[in-house]
Amino acid sequence: MNSETRQAIWNVSVSPHIRRGVSVERIMWTVSASLMPPLILSVFIFGIQTLLITFVSVASCVAAEAVSQKLLHRPVTIRDGSAVVTGLLLAYIVPPGVPFWMPILGAVMSIYVAKHLLGGIGFNIFNPALIGRAFLVATFPVAMTSAWLIPIRDLSIFKYVGSGVDAVSTATPLYVLKHYGMAGLTERFGSTLKMYGDFFLGWQPGSIGETSALFLILGGLYLLYKGYITWHVPVSIIVTAGFLTWVFGGERYFTGDPILSVISGGLILGAIYMATDYVTSPTQPSAKLIFGAGIGVLTVLIRLKGGYPEGICYAILLMNPLAPALETWFRPKRFAPPKGAMK
Amino acid sequence: MNRELLTFPKGGIHPPEHKEISEHLPIERMPIPAEVDILLQQHFGAPCSPLVKKKDIVNEGDVIGTVSAGLGASVHASVTGTVKNIGTSPHPTSVKAPSITILTDTQAQPRTYGPADWKAMPRDEMLSRIKEAGIVGIGGAGFPTHVKLAPPPAAKVDTLLLNGAECEPYLTTDHRLMLESPGDVVGGASIILKILGINECKIGIEANKPAAIDAMEKAVKEASSNGQRISVVPLKVKYPQGSEKQLIQSLTGRKVPGFGLPFDVSVIVQNVGTAKAVYDAVCLAKPLYEKVVTISGKGISRPANLLVRIGTRLKDIVEYLGGTKNGLAKVVMGGPMMGFAIPTLDVPVMKTTSGVLFLTEDEIDLSPHGHCIRCGWCLDACPMGLSPNEIGVYVEAGRAEDTSQFGLFECFECGCCAFVCPARRPLVQFIRLAKMKAKK
Repeated sequence: MNSETRQAIWNVSVSPHIRRGVSVERIMWTVSASLMPPLILSVFIFGIQTLLITFVSVASCVAAEAVSQKLLHRPVTIRDGSAVVTGLLLAYIVPPGVPFWMPILGAVMSIYVAKHLLGGIGFNIFNPALIGRAFLVATFPVAMTSAWLIPIRDLSIFKYVGSGVDAVSTATPLYVLKHYGMAGLTERFGSTLKMYGDFFLGWQPGSIGETSALFLILGGLYLLYKGYITWHVPVSIIVTAGFLTWVFGGERYFTGDPILSVISGGLILGAIYMATDYVTSPTQPSAKLIFGAGIGVLTVLIRLKGGYPEGICYAILLMNPLAPALETWFRPKRFAPPKGAMK
Repeated sequence: MNRELLTFPKGGIHPPEHKEISEHLPIERMPIPAEVDILLQQHFGAPCSPLVKKKDIVNEGDVIGTVSAGLGASVHASVTGTVKNIGTSPHPTSVKAPSITILTDTQAQPRTYGPADWKAMPRDEMLSRIKEAGIVGIGGAGFPTHVKLAPPPAAKVDTLLLNGAECEPYLTTDHRLMLESPGDVVGGASIILKILGINECKIGIEANKPAAIDAMEKAVKEASSNGQRISVVPLKVKYPQGSEKQLIQSLTGRKVPGFGLPFDVSVIVQNVGTAKAVYDAVCLAKPLYEKVVTISGKGISRPANLLVRIGTRLKDIVEYLGGTKNGLAKVVMGGPMMGFAIPTLDVPVMKTTSGVLFLTEDEIDLSPHGHCIRCGWCLDACPMGLSPNEIGVYVEAGRAEDTSQFGLFECFECGCCAFVCPARRPLVQFIRLAKMKAKK
């Protein structure tokens, strides 16, 4: 082989010449994999149609990504898995009794408007999946706030297939708590201890992928172990929301139930999988703690004083645009910046 | 080893070491090639002017180029032979650079050197021997050693640090040198201490080289101390442990301020290979014209730690080692984190060449880069606490001039940020571009 032909195949890019090998693709597929246990569990809690809704959501997010990028004359990057994560999360935060076509609209809103019109991956201001949900709540308020299903306890996973939403809908624990208080909650869901057990495992009316604190925490611990997320945002959200619920969430001060407040609704899913989204959250530990605390405060404020029983979705969306500011205010500590010369 | 390992606190990465490819291979002397190209700029400072002309006969070790004014170091004939040409050669970083090509006289006898007693030698004599030998910092940018060892009187240097970290993956040059010639390295340290008029020396070695640590400790014990306190300090394996500022912090806890020099915190750092060269220059009067170079990577038939003459072309090395293998995708001069990818094997070995890596497709990642996803991993990895992500985004937005707020000029291009970047962003390239534009 002469040296000319060899030169042609050599790459002469700038150092470093080796990479860690953890790519955006790897991160996204790992996050997707960590979201599989709650999906499988949802089949046993709400029935087989959760798979269909999730599949439609994922497929339409991926399709929306491809079409958006084509329309905007950008390279199509559906293989990076980010649209799959958005699709999964979007499905996980809609009620299990919604018609299967509803996530398609959410997907278009999430991917085309909230992601690609704002510049695509890395440039979106708001969490795309949450924007999709907020859009669906605004356009289909009845379905989005009432298509809850009573958890299945006898493995009859085809129970809700084909049945109309009105026939089976129930209320979420947070709704019952908001309108009927602790007494109403125990009347409906059993003793506090029973609720702790049921809710922690996932047997509570709620959105498709949000009910099982156990599986979501296991997924979060895996991502923590892989180094893909840090503890700051989730812990800050959970501690703040739990504490404020304890102080203000009961009939008198300091009588609220912090554990119930954390394991019911979408708090855990939001804290671990939504609020830790790289693009829409700050990078520095202290900024992350403030970001999480803000989400915790807003969540409890909406839950206790607002019109909705659940507040995590809007709390995160409200904090998202603060992330760039927090990023500017909190910079990494420099090794030893030069004296005077340049700031 | 139960000692607690010292390290620097902020940032750093743990790339796969790949030292197993060459760490067990003893230093091997490569036969003298038929021709060598001596580059006239091998160091920090001004280029050399040639002192010979075409068809001159030169002897191994003769000065053939020198710096008339300004900072620099002489270059020597690395072989005995005839000056074939004074022209240009491919240079690892400057594409083409002036060089002297020498046609080797195959009949010539190798030059031999007898030891001198350096202990009685005056300081100025030692310094001038170092200068005559053309010694530069062979671990890095090639700063002339005789200049470094004569710091301004205002700098109150109290400690000499020897850099045996060799934190770059693949490279095993310093490892083998410390293992095979620990006495020379320690001797070099003693000489430098004497020149500086101080007694404290710490030799930092990453803990992944236990045999080198043992050998160096033994050599320190065997050397007569003369009141000098030389110690071997094992360091945690973390890249860039061998970066000057990080090494100083690991070994002494002192932080060199931005745009500052080691003497600002009263230390001087020398690579262990430079210490050995100082020993050779002062004790043997031998100029720096040969160099141990690690040849490694999956793309070379036979990896080796080769002692080669400065000016040896890489293609001669490749030929000696049995050629390259299929799948070769990149040839890097230096380590994989900070070395330079080169487009041709006509590049000659320089004083500062520590290794040549022949990397195959599966050792590197050639996939295209994407947008910054703001994961913040580069911020965690940066040992200087800079913001490579922001610099990259600013450069892409055409605002390279506004990036000094992120500490642009404190960046020494270790590459940790680009190594961890999941979007494979060429952050070091962005930073270099920003430096060029912001300087204007």
